[in-house]
Amino acid sequence: MSQRTLPLLIINLGGEMIYILDQRLRAQDDNDDKTQRVMNDIVATMFNKAFLEELLQPQDLYSHRALRTVLTRLAHTSIMRLNQASMDKLYDLMTMAFKYQIVLCPRPQDLLLITFNHTDTIKELVKDNPSLVNQINEAQRQLIEVYTPLSDGDFELIRHTLLVLFQDMQIRVSIFLKEKIQNPNGHFVLQTSGPVPYGFEVPGLIRYFNAKGQEVRRTRFPSGGNYTSALRQGSFDLSGDRVTILEMDPSTTSNSTRKQKQADTTPNPLAKEELNLLAKLMGGMEVQKILNVDTGFKVNLLALDQEEEGIGISEGTAHESSRVINIQATQDQLASTELARIAGEFDEGGSLTEGPGNKGDDLLAMMDEL
Amino acid sequence: MSKMYHKEKSIQLKSSASALYNNLSVLRIAPRCITYFTVVHANVVNMVSASWDGLNYSHRQLQSKEGNVATSSSLIMQAAWCVLPSRDLLVLTSQKGIQMYESDGSIMVYWHALDTPETPTAKAVFARGIAAVREKYICVGVSSGSVLVFDVPSKGSNITLSEVLEEHKEAITDMASECSGNLECIADLVSADDSGLLCVWKSGEDFQLLNKIPGFDTSCSSVKLWKGTVIAGYGTGQIRLYEGVTGILLAEVNAHARWIYSLDIAPFTGLIEHMYNECVTDTQICGARFCDGDGYAFAVTGYDLSEIIRYTQA
Repeated sequence: MSQRTLPLLIINLGGEMIYILDQRLRAQDDNDDKTQRVMNDIVATMFNKAFLEELLQPQDLYSHRALRTVLTRLAHTSIMRLNQASMDKLYDLMTMAFKYQIVLCPRPQDLLLITFNHTDTIKELVKDNPSLVNQINEAQRQLIEVYTPLSDGDFELIRHTLLVLFQDMQIRVSIFLKEKIQNPNGHFVLQTSGPVPYGFEVPGLIRYFNAKGQEVRRTRFPSGGNYTSALRQGSFDLSGDRVTILEMDPSTTSNSTRKQKQADTTPNPLAKEELNLLAKLMGGMEVQKILNVDTGFKVNLLALDQEEEGIGISEGTAHESSRVINIQATQDQLASTELARIAGEFDEGGSLTEGPGNKGDDLLAMMDEL
Repeated sequence: MSKMYHKEKSIQLKSSASALYNNLSVLRIAPRCITYFTVVHANVVNMVSASWDGLNYSHRQLQSKEGNVATSSSLIMQAAWCVLPSRDLLVLTSQKGIQMYESDGSIMVYWHALDTPETPTAKAVFARGIAAVREKYICVGVSSGSVLVFDVPSKGSNITLSEVLEEHKEAITDMASECSGNLECIADLVSADDSGLLCVWKSGEDFQLLNKIPGFDTSCSSVKLWKGTVIAGYGTGQIRLYEGVTGILLAEVNAHARWIYSLDIAPFTGLIEHMYNECVTDTQICGARFCDGDGYAFAVTGYDLSEIIRYTQA
C-alpha cells in the first residue's frame, strides 16, 4: 500500500533484533570484545549507505518470508550463527515487539519517533566506533529528509500497511504476558488512561458556537477513560528526548540511561528479572560464535502452538495462503549457503505473490557484496 | 434521559478486520428480515447476512478480482453499500480500482481501473470513499484527491463515469450523502481528505461545489451529512459539526483520546447530545455503524478481531 513503509520496517525490526541479540550474547558470554564485534558487523551492514538507498526506493513491502531472509542475512554478516529454529524464535519475538509498538502508537507520526528510539539505542551500542556512529547519523538524516514532510494521513497509511503485514499475529511473549501488556489470547492490552497524545484535547467536552463563532454553551460527558493532558512533543531531530507516551510498569525500569529512552516503547530486558525471563524464553537458544551445529536448542514452538489451538491464533499472516510462515520445528540447518537457495526460491512462479520482479532479490544481491 | 445499550451476541467473521477507516458497512433488508454486514480483511471482503431472529447466518467472501485477472494481491481500502431508489449495489475500492456488485455480492456489474504508474512512485495509488447520491449517482474518491462520479442506470451494467471532480489535493478519506431523506436540502454530498478539507457539493448533470471547509492540519477520517449539517471525525479525536453550505462551525466535541476511525449517525433521531459510552476492551475499533435508522442497535469491528460486536438499547 504505502510505498514508504519498508525502511521503517527494516530499521525497527533490525533494531529489535540487535537489541535482543546484544542482551543474549552478553548474558551468555563474558567476552565483551567478541560481542562488540558481532554488534559492529551487523550495525555496519544495516546502516550501509547502498543498503539504505535500496530500502528508501519507493516500493511495496516484502512478504514475511522475504523479510525473514533479509534479517537472517543481516544477523549472519557477523561471525555469529543462528540455526533456523533459533532464527524463527527470534523473528517471532522481534515482530511481536514491533507490532506492539505499532498498535499502541498514539499518533501515526510517532512511528518515526519509535524508529529514532531504535537508532538512538543502536548508536549507544556502538558508541565507541565513530565511523559507525557517523553512518547511523547519516541514515537518520536521510530518514528525517524523507519522512518529516509526510502528513499524518501519509503516516496513517504506513501504519495501516504495517498492520496488514502483522494482521492475526498473536504469538504470546512471556515478558509481555508477565508485564500485563498482552492478554492470554495474544491481543495487546490497551490503556484507557494516561496522557492524551500531543496535539489532542482531553475527551469529555462539547462546545457550541453561534454564527459569529463565539462559544455559547459547553457541556461535559464521561469519556469512558481517565485521561490527562498531553505531554510535550517528542524530538524529531538527530538526537533528543523522544517522549513516547507508551508507559511501562515503573517497577521494572532501572537506572540505566539507555533504558530511559527505551522504556516507553520496548520491553526492558536490562532489568535483571527480565533478563532471566528472556533467557528462559529463548530456552536453550545457543548463539554460536562459529559455524557449528546447535545442539542444545529446545523447541518451545510446538508447545506454544498446542496451547494456542482453539483460540484461533495463527503463527503467521493468514490473509493470503501464499504468505503463511513456515515456522519449522525440525532441525533444518540454515547454513549461509541455504540463504542463496532461499533467495533462488523467489524465482519460483506462484510461490510468492510479490507481483512482477522479485522483491528482496536486489537487496539480497547487494548484501552479498557488502 | 439517556437510554442504555447492552451488548448482544456477536457475529463471527471468517477473518479478522483490517485497520481501515470506516471498516464496517450495514444494509438492512426489511422485506426479508435480514441485515447484511461487510468487513474488509486485506484483499477479501467478508459478507455476513444475519436474520433478525438471530437464528440464521450465512457467509460469503469476495476477493478483489480486477477485470479478467483471476487472482490479485490488491488490498481493498473500503467496501460499502450504495442504496439507490431502484437498486442497491455493493462497491469495493482497492489499490487497483473500483468494483461494483449486486447487493448480495453475487455478480460484479462494473469495474473501473485506476491509472497505476508502471514503476512505484512515492505516492500510493488507491480508491477510497464511497457514497450514493440522489437517484442515480455513485461517487468514489481517489488517492490523488479526485472524486469520480458514476452514473448508474436503474438496472443492468451500463454504468458510466460521468464526471471527475478535482477540488481536493490530498487523498480522499471518506464521503457521505445527505441521509435525512429530506429532499429540500441543497447539499447532497460531502467529501473529506487527509488534510482535513471538507468539500460540500450539489449533485446534477454537473456537480456544483457549494463550499470548501478547510481542515486544521489533521486528517478527517470519517464524515456524515444530515439535514445540511456536516459531522466530521478527525485524527485528533475531535468531532466537529459544520453547517455545510455556510461553513459555520456549530459545535466541537473532544470525543476521543485517539484517532477517530469511523463515525455514524442514526438519521431518524435528530439528536446531537451525548447518550452513551462503551469501551471495547483491548480492541482498536475500525468500524462503527448503526444497524437501523432509529439508532436502536449499532455494531463495531476491531483490528485483528474476527467478530462484529453488537449493542442494542435496553
